[in-house]
Amino acid sequence: MSEPDSDAGPVEENIPEDVDAPDIEEAEAQDSDVEEAAKHVPSSIPLRVRDLRKTFGGITAVDSASFEVEEGTITGLIGPNGAGKSTTFNLITGVYSPTSGSVTFQGQDITGLQPEKIANRGLVRTFQIARELEEMTVLENMLLAPRGQRGERLITSVLPGLRSGVDDQERELLERAWDTLELFEIDHLAREDAGGLSGGQRKLLELARALMTEPEMLLLDEPFAGVNPTLEEKLLDRIHALREQGYTFLLVEHDIDLIMDNCERVIVMHQGSVLAEGPPEEIRDNDEVIDAYLGEEI
Amino acid sequence: MSATDSERSVRGALREMVTDSDLRMIAVTIAAVYVLLVGVAFYFDPDQAVNLSATYIQSVTIFIGGYAMLTLALNLHWGYTGLFNIGVAGFMGVGVYAMAVLTAPVNPATAGATPGFGLPLWAGLIGAAAAASVVGLLTALPALRLRADYLAIVTVALSEIIRLLLNSQALSEVTVFGATFGTGGASGINYAGPSPIIAGTLFDTLAGPVTGALLAVGVDPRTWGIRPSNFEGMIYGVVLLVATAGFYWLLFRTGNSPFGRVLKAIREDELVARSLGKDTRMFKIKAFMVGCALMGLAGALWFGRGGFTSPTQFRPNITFFVFIALIIGGAGSNTGSVIGGAVFAGFLFYLPQQLGTVIPQALPQGAGAGDIAAAVAALGGGDVLPLVGYTVSNISRLRFVAIGVILVWLIQRRPDGLLGHRTEPASSIDINQRPGTGGTDGRPAAADGGEERE
Repeated sequence: MSEPDSDAGPVEENIPEDVDAPDIEEAEAQDSDVEEAAKHVPSSIPLRVRDLRKTFGGITAVDSASFEVEEGTITGLIGPNGAGKSTTFNLITGVYSPTSGSVTFQGQDITGLQPEKIANRGLVRTFQIARELEEMTVLENMLLAPRGQRGERLITSVLPGLRSGVDDQERELLERAWDTLELFEIDHLAREDAGGLSGGQRKLLELARALMTEPEMLLLDEPFAGVNPTLEEKLLDRIHALREQGYTFLLVEHDIDLIMDNCERVIVMHQGSVLAEGPPEEIRDNDEVIDAYLGEEI
Repeated sequence: MSATDSERSVRGALREMVTDSDLRMIAVTIAAVYVLLVGVAFYFDPDQAVNLSATYIQSVTIFIGGYAMLTLALNLHWGYTGLFNIGVAGFMGVGVYAMAVLTAPVNPATAGATPGFGLPLWAGLIGAAAAASVVGLLTALPALRLRADYLAIVTVALSEIIRLLLNSQALSEVTVFGATFGTGGASGINYAGPSPIIAGTLFDTLAGPVTGALLAVGVDPRTWGIRPSNFEGMIYGVVLLVATAGFYWLLFRTGNSPFGRVLKAIREDELVARSLGKDTRMFKIKAFMVGCALMGLAGALWFGRGGFTSPTQFRPNITFFVFIALIIGGAGSNTGSVIGGAVFAGFLFYLPQQLGTVIPQALPQGAGAGDIAAAVAALGGGDVLPLVGYTVSNISRLRFVAIGVILVWLIQRRPDGLLGHRTEPASSIDINQRPGTGGTDGRPAAADGGEERE
């Protein structure tokens, strides 16, 4: 339990506010209605998405989406199929680069950066279909994740004189990997190939692996898809516990009830843009959202 | 129940005896190759058996060393990182020619021979690895952005481009800044090869004292009838095996480390590795360069050993042989790579070739039919000898049919190769041992029924 660092906690300085101020002004002019909903901007906003747009050929998958995620919250991103949730995720994490718009993480522009650069800034994601590394063991999966490993430099790994430092770090990471696996109650699978895990166990492993990077914020793409109710409960417990430790979560989810019950804030996407943003009780009563989910034209 | 149990334990014990140490597995494989070849020598040519055995052993050892080194290098590309490099021959060619150009004499004794830089052998070997890794870098920069199958096309094309360049008259002799050197074009290039320099010198210094020592204990090696060139070959075979051990050590450390862990992750799912913050492009470039350097060095030590090279040595078939060796041994396993190299070189490549020479000599004169039609026709008359004769006299060609059949069988029955199923944990420490628990039981997880898959 001691593992996730208190460094990653909510005591982050407010760098974003000043740096971003002009941007906000500009954006507000364009979609002030969305801004209205989020006027009560609190202390810290690690992730800010502005006018994000992505077209594939003639199809506009994401159309001027703007939203922000508050520090230390679980924020849900919901929307019907094809609303552009996964594309938005891929745009934030650098898998796709946006046609226009910007993504700011902790006050720094990360628009269009390579996925590894974004991950190294502490914005780490999981995938909709759990992408564990099948022919690697659970432990190897876990040990892959940490940032700043000395042994990732070829010279340090190979030369005898330098290798002892690598070994020391490996032992440290191994201890942390075991602790994290215990926390997720999959430590009994540590030596198995990840490919042999069940769907739900893979989801647990993915989240555990993402935690090993010591992230600032986690983006979870449908973390509960294909997970049985017991495991879902377990996964939710973990996410809530981590939030209490100060982690920030943005999660994409289909299941509207699950989002309403577990998120402090909800962002609703429809046809590529943000339809509504706010606390669950507000969203629940929003007519536009209800219409969107009933499939009616707005 | 108890019968099967004891049977299983006996089989387990036997398997453990052969497989518990990687070095022993490799030694057993090579010993099996030797035993078979010595058996062939004694059966077919008892008069010359000792010298023939020595000939067999020296040349098969060189084959084994060469294939094992190349397979290890390819394992870093394909087995570990999933880079589908089918330009092995090209990178070998670059290595051999770099050594040749660097070490060829500035003023060749023979008129018309291609001059070089006249550097010592060690400079040539370093140059071989460096040149191949630079060519690897130049290939990697554009090609590693491509999907795996396109990398394959680029590398196979590159290896042909290299061969044709070496063959071209334009590069056969050039003068740059007053230094004249070149590839010698289609007629090749002469230089001071590593085999005469290393093995020749070792033989000259050791022959006298060793013979003296053996004579002192009453053994006279001169009566064995082994030609000096065979001793020299055997010494060079050992040199290649030592080099193989060096390759193994380097690649073992590369693979079993955090660096190797990222390579494995790239093979499995590159986007995951990137999403965890790994700059996979740099990892791929480094792995590709190291593998290419080793291919160049292996080429220089093996193909370039005799002091002459020409472009015809670097046809793409060598690339496919190395792939076959890797598939046999099991991609992803370094020990498997060495065993695959030994099995391919010994049992599939060298042994059939020699059988094709000795068996026809042992058959009655004119037993073999001239062509397959005549051989099959004779079967009608109940005479199998023409077909047998035809088969063995063409065995060095037919072995490739056999290799194909074995490959198909292997991929169906054992797609992981001999050792590909083994897990070589990608860490510099033993990660199966939980730190702090201190127990000797390495696998408590098995109790959870984790073992049922296999």
